[in-house]
Amino acid sequence: MAEVKQITFTINDEKLTTPAGTLVIEAAKGKGIEVPSFCYYPGLSLQAACRMCLVEVEKTPKLQTACTLVAVEGMVVKTDTPQVHKARKDMIEFLLSNHPLDCPVCDKGGECELQDMTFRYGLDHSRFNEEKLHYPEEKWSPLVYYDAPRCILCFRCVRVCDEGMDVKALGIGSRGVNSVILPNKPGELACEECGMCIDICPVGALTSGTYRYQTRPWEMKYVPDPCTHCSNGCKTTLGVRNNEILRANNRDHSGVNGEFLCAKGRFGFDFTHNPERVRQPLIRRDGRLEPASWEDALEEIARRLKQVHEKHGGNSIGVIGSNHTTNEENYLLNRFARATLGTNNIDHHRTADYAGLAAILGPKAKDAQATMADVYKANAVLLIGNDVTNQNPLVAWQIRTGVRHHQTRLYAINGQPSKIHRQAAHGVETAKGGEAAAVRWLATGEGQFEQSVSESLGQMKSALEKESDVAILFGADIQGGAIRDLVAFGSRLGGQTRYMALGDYSNSRGAADMGILPDRLPGYASLADKTERERFGKLWGGEIAATPGLTARGMMEAAVAEKLKAMYVVGANPVKTFEVAQPDRLAGLELLVVHDMFLTETAQRADVVLPAASSYEKDGTLTNTAGELQMTHRSIDPQGPRSDFDLLRILSHQLGMLGLGTPIRLRTPEAAFDEIRQNVSGYDVSVASLLAGGAQLTSAACKSPEPNYQAAAGAVFSSHDNLFSSGTLGRYCSRLASTKEAKDTPWSSSPSTQSWWYR
Amino acid sequence: MTPEQIIDEMKKSNLRGRGGAGFPTGMKWSFVPKDTSKPKYILANGDESEPGTSKDRPLMEMDPHQLIEGILIAGRAIGAEQGYIYIRGEYHYIIDIVERAIGEAYARGYLGKDILGTGFNFDLSAHTGAGSYECGEESALMESLEGKRGYPRIKPPFPATVGLYGCPTVINNVETLSTAPAIIRQGGDWYAALGTPKNGGTRLYSISGHINKPGIYELPMGFNLKRMIEDVAGGMKDGKKLKAVIPGGSSCPLLSADEIDVAMDYDSVAKIGSMLGSGGLIIINEETCMVDLARRIMHFYAHESCGWCIPCREGTAWLRKLLDRFHDGGGRAEDIPLIDELSKNMLGRTFCPLGDAAALPTISIVKKWRHEFEDHLRGKCSFKPAEMIVGAS
Repeated sequence: MAEVKQITFTINDEKLTTPAGTLVIEAAKGKGIEVPSFCYYPGLSLQAACRMCLVEVEKTPKLQTACTLVAVEGMVVKTDTPQVHKARKDMIEFLLSNHPLDCPVCDKGGECELQDMTFRYGLDHSRFNEEKLHYPEEKWSPLVYYDAPRCILCFRCVRVCDEGMDVKALGIGSRGVNSVILPNKPGELACEECGMCIDICPVGALTSGTYRYQTRPWEMKYVPDPCTHCSNGCKTTLGVRNNEILRANNRDHSGVNGEFLCAKGRFGFDFTHNPERVRQPLIRRDGRLEPASWEDALEEIARRLKQVHEKHGGNSIGVIGSNHTTNEENYLLNRFARATLGTNNIDHHRTADYAGLAAILGPKAKDAQATMADVYKANAVLLIGNDVTNQNPLVAWQIRTGVRHHQTRLYAINGQPSKIHRQAAHGVETAKGGEAAAVRWLATGEGQFEQSVSESLGQMKSALEKESDVAILFGADIQGGAIRDLVAFGSRLGGQTRYMALGDYSNSRGAADMGILPDRLPGYASLADKTERERFGKLWGGEIAATPGLTARGMMEAAVAEKLKAMYVVGANPVKTFEVAQPDRLAGLELLVVHDMFLTETAQRADVVLPAASSYEKDGTLTNTAGELQMTHRSIDPQGPRSDFDLLRILSHQLGMLGLGTPIRLRTPEAAFDEIRQNVSGYDVSVASLLAGGAQLTSAACKSPEPNYQAAAGAVFSSHDNLFSSGTLGRYCSRLASTKEAKDTPWSSSPSTQSWWYR
Repeated sequence: MTPEQIIDEMKKSNLRGRGGAGFPTGMKWSFVPKDTSKPKYILANGDESEPGTSKDRPLMEMDPHQLIEGILIAGRAIGAEQGYIYIRGEYHYIIDIVERAIGEAYARGYLGKDILGTGFNFDLSAHTGAGSYECGEESALMESLEGKRGYPRIKPPFPATVGLYGCPTVINNVETLSTAPAIIRQGGDWYAALGTPKNGGTRLYSISGHINKPGIYELPMGFNLKRMIEDVAGGMKDGKKLKAVIPGGSSCPLLSADEIDVAMDYDSVAKIGSMLGSGGLIIINEETCMVDLARRIMHFYAHESCGWCIPCREGTAWLRKLLDRFHDGGGRAEDIPLIDELSKNMLGRTFCPLGDAAALPTISIVKKWRHEFEDHLRGKCSFKPAEMIVGAS
């Protein structure tokens, strides 16, 4: 990169050296000098509309806006003069002239930028003796309300919707003092309901349908948790009062997502209080699921598991894990399956071929992973498959922001239309499902396409070959051999090529990393590797067999065919996910145990249902699709349900008493995480940083490359969730589901989830 | 003539922009970069909206070909091949005239490809505003022309480098461009000699108000204001005494009767604290209520404030309400300094000059006719309303 010239200028008598092109407002901030502003928002286009950031510049007669003023060599700026203070006072006075002083009932009261600025810079009395303007409040959607009188017209909302989200739902109506923000589509908010406009609003003009008039901000405690929906791992700060989550946002810009959150992250939390939630254990008696005590339920499970194990052996038991539960829970489940029950029949719904990427890259994976920040910083992004706008909203935001801020070139290959193609420097639309073939062509030149596609691919290839530092992102369409092709192509590109597999759920990556796979131990250690088997066997107090078990789909088929005798399902709904043809035949199982929050299609057929805590109700760690690990915290008491961690631990003790396996001694998720750090490849990350709220990049990878690794057919597939759905959880988020968009958008292009929602 | 020669003649002519700011035209044209691959544009600003000003209207109405010729000269000077005439929305009948003239020019081969065999290409079209004063501000005009909301742009960059569609652009007032043909035909020196030093040529004055012969007059730069009123425009109507003069459109500080012995050029008027502006003179007689005049002027600016920046948006609206109340007899002693201070709080701090335009006349009225405000406090308005002077409402 070209060396950026440094310049020196003076601000409040202090000399300051900064890169040429720095805005005075930013340079001042770096020096700890506050230049107040409303309309200036880092990363969005400049406005110079609020005039709060006026500063004095030597040899310039008029005050200048620091938000548009570029510092140049020798410039002398003053932010602390009577003239500047007077200007700020006057601007606040103007702003307050029509602003309703309804702070006592305004949602923003206590965290309002106008309040803070008035306190700090404003007059202590009002000279406005006229009638204030008034407009009625407007409901733009069940999630977004607009109160025009409170609006100070900083246009942040309009800009974030246009520039940040590429949605362009908001505009400006009327003129002068009558100006208002309004939806561009008359009368409705035709948008992605991300709510970015609400959080970016400095005042209480835009308020959230889920939060408004619920509480005062200082009455809540704040718990920073990774969002429990998609795989991107956005930090969402939960506002909790009286054991209820009242809002979620990321106003402090902590986490890998900065200010970004999508509709699910911001509004998708009310599943915790959904009345359909299972709150006590259920045992099937006379064909019906009936409430039971924890003691009875756990005793029942232990007894019957022991029976099946004795009668048919460990291989007659199948275990299906979750892509929503924590790493610690998955780690424990792996131990529970392999060491306690003695089965390798363990798998989960794999939504990206993380194992494939780890196998093909081998130890190189450590340095070849793209982080969320890399997607923003990369010179170029090659995106193959996956509708990121809907399925990986943070990835889409990072791509859009990179394109906007530093002209990242996006190369996109997709078998379906995708909104992100608007940002693409080069987009290729292949035949449906043709992504892998296109990758094969890029790598080897093999394959036949329609002429228009092959020409376009050819142009893309030669453009890519001139790029360096490319981030390659791919969805579930690229797995096994296609990843091998992709890495072959990527390794020929200049600079550092980084990869990211795009999965669906909050711990999809963690489930794979923790070895919830029939052929892998934690950290993608191969079952064929005797040393690894013995290492984990010793750690877990059991013997691990070398033969890979059944895939999740295979287990469901075997269960229906009565080849499996018992199934243990944690936080998954395989009946729906794998479209089990004759689910009633699961009754043939001697035991079906399900941990879940809701009575899913699978739970409805269980013999014992254990009510599980959600990710917002327990401690642990989650790994996002990029491999970035974050801690999640118990924000509320689940009131009845228990964490899967506790359930597995207790059960291991029960089984231990019956002589099956050894009890799990790890008492807390933190203790389990310590064991993970010491024993799972790529997970030895800094705890200090995690405790401080940061993210740490993990790098679970195979010991040596396994270029021929191929997941079983049908084992890896995406649910094609969108901004309003996320497996089971999404349908229990009533606020999210109440939006027009949620009702309008086709839930999925995949039949596996389409019927799901409309059950 | 080469482009350089055209620009030299324009510089020599001392022609200064007739829109109001008085920027030297030749200099403006010379700022356009020569070594750019981008297309360049000429814009004629015919969004004449300044109260009291109506001099671009007759130019477009009665001699549109002179304007077209001026645009072609500017195009040739900077190497532009496309021009637009942006016409005030309320001048809807003029768009037909201008479009007809453009059609005639195309038919004669004065516009289009390879004009008169010179190899010079130039296309021109007319576009109407939609009734916004702000769109007369050059950058807002460009936004409007691009089909966006008429908000002004952050400057720098200036239009000469980043203008219409992000390309180098010369934007001149209709009168300015209409002057170019005469300058090129008769020479910059000839034109400069018509006026005073640094203020070349003649300009059009729209004279209105309490005057015997309101109308549009072409006079040399530096013509004495007193003579303009008494000799040229036939003196005060009905023999009333003069109270005040708005010298260059409603956004200029007002002159009192004892200030009118002044040469009407940019520098002399600036010296006595006002502006030559758009050349829109409004003559105000002794019977006029100056509080009402201030109120009406503020109504105009509050109505026309685009709403982009806080001080103009909130300041004009506040002052409008305050002046309404004040004039209706609800004034309080502290309101008089408040009117002055609120105006000064806008002055120089707004995004574009609209805030200044609202502040300057108000400040001058409070300063020079403060006693009339004080009279109102005592429930007394012994004057006639000012509806004849500035707009309705």
